[in-house]
Order: sequence, then C-alpha cells, then structure tokens
Amino acid sequence: MSSFHSIKDTQLENHFFVNRIIAAFVAIVLLTTGLIVRLIHLQVAGHEHYATLAKDNSIKIYPIVPTRGMIYDRHGNILAENTQSYSLEIIPEKSKDLDDTLLRLQKLLNISDEKIDLFQKQRKRQKRFASTPLLLSMSDDEIATFAVNRPFFPGVDIRQRLVRHYPYGELAAHVVGYVGRINEAEIKTLSSAEYQGSTHVGKLGIESAYETELHGKTGYAEIETNVQARPLNTLNETDAIQGVNLYLTLDMDLQKTAYDSLAPFNGAVVAIEVKTGGVLAFASRPSFDPNPFVAGIANDAYQALQSSEAQPLFNRALRGLYPPGSTLKPFVALAGLEHNAVTASQRFLCPGYYQLPNVNHKYRCWKKTGHDWVNVNKAITESCDVYFYRLASALGIDDMHDFLQKFGFGEKTGIDLVGEKSGLLPSREWKFEQKKQSWYPGETLITGIGQGSNQVTPLQLARATATLANRGNVVTPFLVDKIVTSTDTHAGPETHNEIIALKKSNVEAIVSAMVDVVHSERGTAHDLKKDFNYLMAGKTGTAQVLGIKQNAKYDENAIEFKYRDHALFIAFAPADDPKIAVAVIAENGGHGGSVAAPIAAKIIKQYLKDTQ
Amino acid sequence: MKTETYHHQFETPSIIGTILRKLHIDIPLFIGLSLAASLSFIILYSAGSQDIGLLTRQGARIGLAFAFMTVLAHIDPAQFKRYSALLFGIGIVLLAAVLVMGQTALGAQRWLNLGFFRFQPSEMIKITTPMMIAWYLSEHPLPPRPKHLLIASILILVPTLLIAKQPDLGTAILVASSGAGVLFFAGLSWWYIIGILTSLTALTPILWHFMHDYQRARVLTFLNPEADPLGRGYHIIQSKIAIGSGGLYGKGWLGSTQSELDFLPESSTDFIFAVFAEEFGLFGCSGLLALYLLIITRCLYIASQARDTYCRLLAGSLAFTFFVYVFVNIGMVIGVLPVVGVPLPLISYGGTSIVTLLSGFGILMSIHTHKKFLHR
Repeated sequence: MSSFHSIKDTQLENHFFVNRIIAAFVAIVLLTTGLIVRLIHLQVAGHEHYATLAKDNSIKIYPIVPTRGMIYDRHGNILAENTQSYSLEIIPEKSKDLDDTLLRLQKLLNISDEKIDLFQKQRKRQKRFASTPLLLSMSDDEIATFAVNRPFFPGVDIRQRLVRHYPYGELAAHVVGYVGRINEAEIKTLSSAEYQGSTHVGKLGIESAYETELHGKTGYAEIETNVQARPLNTLNETDAIQGVNLYLTLDMDLQKTAYDSLAPFNGAVVAIEVKTGGVLAFASRPSFDPNPFVAGIANDAYQALQSSEAQPLFNRALRGLYPPGSTLKPFVALAGLEHNAVTASQRFLCPGYYQLPNVNHKYRCWKKTGHDWVNVNKAITESCDVYFYRLASALGIDDMHDFLQKFGFGEKTGIDLVGEKSGLLPSREWKFEQKKQSWYPGETLITGIGQGSNQVTPLQLARATATLANRGNVVTPFLVDKIVTSTDTHAGPETHNEIIALKKSNVEAIVSAMVDVVHSERGTAHDLKKDFNYLMAGKTGTAQVLGIKQNAKYDENAIEFKYRDHALFIAFAPADDPKIAVAVIAENGGHGGSVAAPIAAKIIKQYLKDTQ
Repeated sequence: MKTETYHHQFETPSIIGTILRKLHIDIPLFIGLSLAASLSFIILYSAGSQDIGLLTRQGARIGLAFAFMTVLAHIDPAQFKRYSALLFGIGIVLLAAVLVMGQTALGAQRWLNLGFFRFQPSEMIKITTPMMIAWYLSEHPLPPRPKHLLIASILILVPTLLIAKQPDLGTAILVASSGAGVLFFAGLSWWYIIGILTSLTALTPILWHFMHDYQRARVLTFLNPEADPLGRGYHIIQSKIAIGSGGLYGKGWLGSTQSELDFLPESSTDFIFAVFAEEFGLFGCSGLLALYLLIITRCLYIASQARDTYCRLLAGSLAFTFFVYVFVNIGMVIGVLPVVGVPLPLISYGGTSIVTLLSGFGILMSIHTHKKFLHR
C-alpha cells in the first residue's frame, strides 16, 4: 500500500511523525519532572515528618474492638452476654524469643498443643504489636501461678477480656448458637480490617446468622509510642460501633417447657405465633452446653459430643428430616376438597385395606378391621388410611404436590438461621430426576398418608400448621423480633405475606375434624387430659422407622427401641382464633396421641395462660 | 577479507560488539536494560528479606526474557507486520476464552490453563494491540481519517474491555495506552486529543458505575487514604512513610525499615519503588528515573529512524507504553495515582510481565537493526 503514497505524503507523514516524537518527549520529560517534584515534596519537605513516623515503632494503629451485641428473649431474659474474664496474652513484638516463651509457658501452665496452635494462627494474621490471647478464662490457680513467674516472661501479660457467656446453656444452644475462636478457613473469608483484634466469630445459630450485626464495626486509634513501644499519646481516634442487641421472639419459659417435656425422648418441638410467624419455642433434644466452645472445647469433649449416638450437636428442629406420617393428612384432605377430588360428605368404605385395580398388593389401614364408611371428618378424626388412599388416588400426585408445596412442604421456610434443610415433597419430576424412573400409582397412595419419600423438618411442619391455622395466610417463621442499636430500634427480618386462596367451608371442615381429633370420643388424641376451656385442633402422626413386611405384625414391645416409630403431633389453639401452632416430634416415641400430644397441649396451655 | 576490514574500521571493534550486532542487539538499549535488570537484583535482595531463592527465580525469568528479546530482535519487522492481524485475532480469542473458562487467581480471571502451563493472554495482547493498530493505520493515508479512527478505536476498546472485565485494571490501562500511543504518533489531531481527554473526564461517573467494588474502594482510598488506615489506606500510608523517611540520600542498601519490619505490603512486587526510595533517597530515585528516561529516549530515537510507517508507529507506541508503565507504578506508589496493579518495569519481582516487556524491546531492536533492506 505504501507504494501508492506520493512523495509529498511521505514527507508530510515524516514531518508529522517527528513533531509527534518531540511532543511525546516533551510530555514525558514534563511528567517525569512532576514525579520528581512529588518525590522532593515527600523526601525533602516531608522528610522530617515521615522519618518520625518511620522511626522504630513510632506510630501504631491499634484496633478498638467493638463489644459484641447481647441476645435476649422476648421477655428480656439474657440468652448471650459478655462477662469479664482474665486471659493470658502475648505481644509477639515484645517477646524476645517467642518459641522459647511459648515452650516455657506450656510447661508452667500445662497448656494443650491445640491452644498453642490456635495462638500461632491468630498471631500470624495480626500485627506484631497486637496483643494476642493464648489462654482465655484463666482459673484463679493459673492467674496466681503466672503472676509469680511474670518477670521471666517479657511481653506476656494477664489482661481482662470480655468473654461470651450463655446463661441458659443447653436450653437454647440450637437457636442462639455460640461464638468460637476464628479458625483458618474463616481468616480467609472475614475482612482482615474488620476483624483486627477480634478473636471470636459466630459459629452457629443466631450468633452466626447475625454475625455482622452482632460484631459491630471496629474502630482504631493512632497512638504515638517511644522506642520501648510505650504509648505516649493518641493522635487520632475513631470509636468502634458496638454490636447491636437482638431481641428474639423466643419465650424461654415456653422453650424450657418444650425441652423438658420432650424427655426422655430425643426429638424436636417448634411453636410459632400464628399471627406473626415469630418462633416461640425451638427445641431440639438432646442439646449441648455452648459455653465450653467459647474458650475452645477440649478435643476429647468435642469427640464425645460428635460421636454420641443421640447426636446432641444436631439441630433436629432445623435440619432433622422425618416422614410426616398422618400429620400430613389434614393438608392432603384439604387438597382433595379444594381440587374437588372428594366432597366433604362423600363416603368411602374402609374394609381395612385398599387395592389398586389389577394389582395384588394390599395397602393396609392401620386398623385391621377397617373403619366401615368414612367421610372426611371421620377420616381425619380416626386417621383412616384407606380413605386417604382413595382420596390420593382420585387427586393424583401432581395436584397433591402442587397444593402441599403452597404450605411450604419440600421448601426452606426462610427462617433467619443458617443451614436449614428443605425436606422432600415427592413429585413426578423429582423421581425422574433422582431415580430416572416414572412415577407409580402406588407411590401416590403412600405419599397421601405421609409415608414413602416424604420428609419434613419439625420447623416446616410447625409452619404448615400455622399456615393452616391462619386459614391459608402463609406464615414465615423468624427468630429476631427487634434489632436495637445505640440510636434506634428496628424490626427483624422481613416476612412475605402470601395468601393461599382457600374455600372457607373446606378449611372449616378440616379444622373441625382436627378439633374432633382432640375433643371427640373417637379422636386419636381423645385420651388427652382436657383441663382447658378452649378448643384445640390437632392431628396425631406415627412415622415408621422400620418397614413392616406384608402380613407381618408390628409389635412395639418386641422391637428394639431405636427402631420404634416416631411419635408426631401438630396442633393449634384456640381453634376459631388461633394464637399458637405447635409441631412435636418425639423420636421412637411410638404413638403420636399418647406421647407427642400431651407435650403440645402443655405448651399451648402455658402460652395461652401467659398471654391472657 | 575486505569486508572484514571495513567492519573493523567503522563499527565497534570489540568482539562483544560484533556478536551483539550479529544478534541484532541494539547496544545502547541493551546496556540500559541490563543496568535496570542489575538494579532489580540489588533492590530485590533487600526488599525480599535476602531470600536467595527469590533472586534465583527472578534471574531465571530475566534470562528467559532476554532470550525472547534476542529471538524477536532477529526477526525482520516485515514479519511482524504480516502477522499483526493474525496475532491480534488469536489474542482476542484467548482473552474471550479466559473469561469463559479461565482460572481464578486472587478473585480475577486471568489465566488460561493449557494443561502443561498457565498462560496469561492479556500479556500477549499488550504487544499485539499496538501491532494491530500500527498495521491498520499504516495501510491507510495519515493522518487517519475519522472512519479509520473509529475502527482503530473499536480495535483498542475490545481487548481493553475484555481485560477490564477479568478484572485487571492495570493491564487494561496499559493496553489502552499502547493503542492510544499508536493513534497519537499517527498524527491524531490535537483537537481530538483534547476532546477525548475532556470526555474521559466527563465520563468518569459512568465509568464509576461499571467499576468493581474493590476498584471503587481503591479510588476512594486514593482520594483519602486516612479514611481506612487499617484496611486499604494502609498501603499508601506506609508507602509514603517509606519514601519520605528515605530523605535525600536514603538509608542505604538493606537499610529499609519499613519493608524489613513488614509494615510495607507487596514490597518486592508492585510497591518495590517505595523500598528503593527509602534506601537510596531522592538522588537514587532521580538516578532511576534518569535511567528510564534514557531508555525511553533511545526508543523514541529508534522510532524516529524507523524505515516505514508501521515500524515508526509500533516503535513510538512501545516507547510510550513503557513510560506509562513507569509513570503509573511510581505515581501510585508515591500517592498521586490510584492503586492499580502495575509493576515497576524491569525492577519488580515476578510476573510474566517482564517477558512481555523485553519482547517489546526485542521488536524495537528488530526495527532498528533491519534497515538495510528498504522496501520503499
């Protein structure tokens, strides 16, 4: 191409180009001069100022650690607080030979290797002049032993620190959670500026879910020091913003009742305020004492908790997956009525079993002799399986799945805790995705009585019950009621208010059947002592742990305890104007009516008495 | 025999000179680069806490980089011109590939894992972008017409945005300036230049909108480092302390307390100039800047002597980009520019960037030593 250019063009280009080279050169020289002027500004004019700053340890920026926010229940009872304790701390910069110091301290105070390890990890992420704790919550003996030997340990000192304490111990451990020493994985995710000087971070429960709010914002002080690193004066200070105080919806009296009355069974109880979704009780039994975790739990104690067959560290209310059993029936019945698969007065004959056309298999009713003719009220009151086989078969899995999903089955409730399980609501799509198999009609029947692949968490069950009690206004459970900062108070998490469109007569038919479960002679929970003057709606449930073969007999006494059925009960009261909804699961409790129902009744009674 | 005598009479009589000439090495440039590389070892020894392993690794990189330079110096510029568009195209494809399946290092996608080694396409594009623009503009009459300017601008913007998206703001700036350099040397009207600079200033709020949070934070920190002294402002505060405390003469080699006591982060990579300034003072800094200026001047001279339009534009742009490198790094370390990840050229530890850098000088040497076969 260039060969097409005329001579003149080339000359013009040459001219231009040389001009540009000169312009570029001038600009570069000017900008370089600019850099040098700035360097003169820093190195000549500012030299004295910066030299003072750079002089060994002249100015240090110390973090001001905010105080972690408190956690209260709805009545102001303290669930998590900060107590004074003495800790042994080392300033690495001031200690001459850190390894030797640690070795001697370990011998003197009998410190475990794990704690030395933790200390080393924390030291590495902090500035060399920051005080790093080695031992938290020192005993009087330890303080005395160290005090005598203090002169031999330059850079090591006893300091007061605030340590997290949980007055209720195991009672609310699964809700409140606990804080623990910041570990290696957390160092990578936490902001190093925000956590300069912080030693603990929320690990579980509310402590973890509201970590940012509870922690507050770290402040800092620029402190001028002399060569011995003794502080001379503070040049500049920005206060820390303290962590917020949280008021939970939890009622600790109710929580205690729930936790205690579950004994001797393992299991979970969730109670929800129907109108708001506030969680009143959230118990998972057995539980654990969160306090040892704060200072760093000893390895063998932790191993014991971990390997315990009762799994005390496992949050059953939030993460436990159970078949809902017959507690699903009111919802399935409502689905049948809403989708016109049955009418409220329609009756089916229960001969004690049900057979699909052209299939040999007998789907049994729990009552071998059958229930005779059954309508929807009797089906719920007496928990007739055959009625629900027929209803499910008429309804079909797709409508059943879609309807139950609206009540939150198979989905996380969205509670303000981390690690919630979503349970499992079987559907055609789910089965195809998971097992690459098509759906069998028999599975619809099993799903209709809450067995089969169905899995719910106690929280989900309580939420669905509250939504039913609320006549279809969906309830979103939450734990934090109020967030209180130094300047203002605002509400906890936002809840969404969806409404499931339901026909009033259908809901009332189901509710009155659930009232009959408790109050009618025929009801599966009629043995309950009715020492209250309101109507309580409920439903019993029994979830199989062990599959029973066709024609085999389930004999409670002959079966090992851990294979016994789970006892379930859902309830709300008063039936016409519900205030509280409860779900109870007692593992291996056997019968919902005799084991789980009294627990729910006790909680409801206490709550309604308190609120009147 | 006759030619031999001729050589002896008019060219450097030393054997080394003859070898370098045979290798198409430009001696003044070679001396300047070698000086800078030697300085790199001296200052790295101090900044890297006397870690010999660090020096060995840097030595290997510099050796490789010089080898690259020599190879490229040997190739006739006509070859660069011929493959400009192809290489640029490959670079763009690789950049796009990085965005789709690149490996994330430090939160940014920059690497392409080719199985046997990891490759950073943004390094290659630093050279191929000016090659492409120089080729494109040299195919049309200069100064460029608006249509050609528009196309050239798009050709610059595509790699720049792809890299900015990784996100690697430092490299994006370098690529953009290498392209802009070509436009400048091609005779872009001063009115355009003023217009572009003004509209860039006006576009800042929009740019702000597209920035990543960390990039915004850097700009805010630059404007007011004292606002966050524990976090992001820490860098700049400590760097200024290091430089300022160096004074006129510096604290002497190995005398840096700021990096020695771990106050200064990244002291052997992006912030190495602070260590240099602390140890060698204003005089040392001026000396280093003078060395850079000499290298740049030689490059500009090479550009002015280049044999055709393509070579001129490419050489001018490479010289200009080298200066942008120096200016952006030192500017950020002394607190007059926001922190973007640009190393101090030839001195900072690590990075494939030194290989790219010396490849650029290889091309410059090729341009300067292949003038005998004029096409014009």
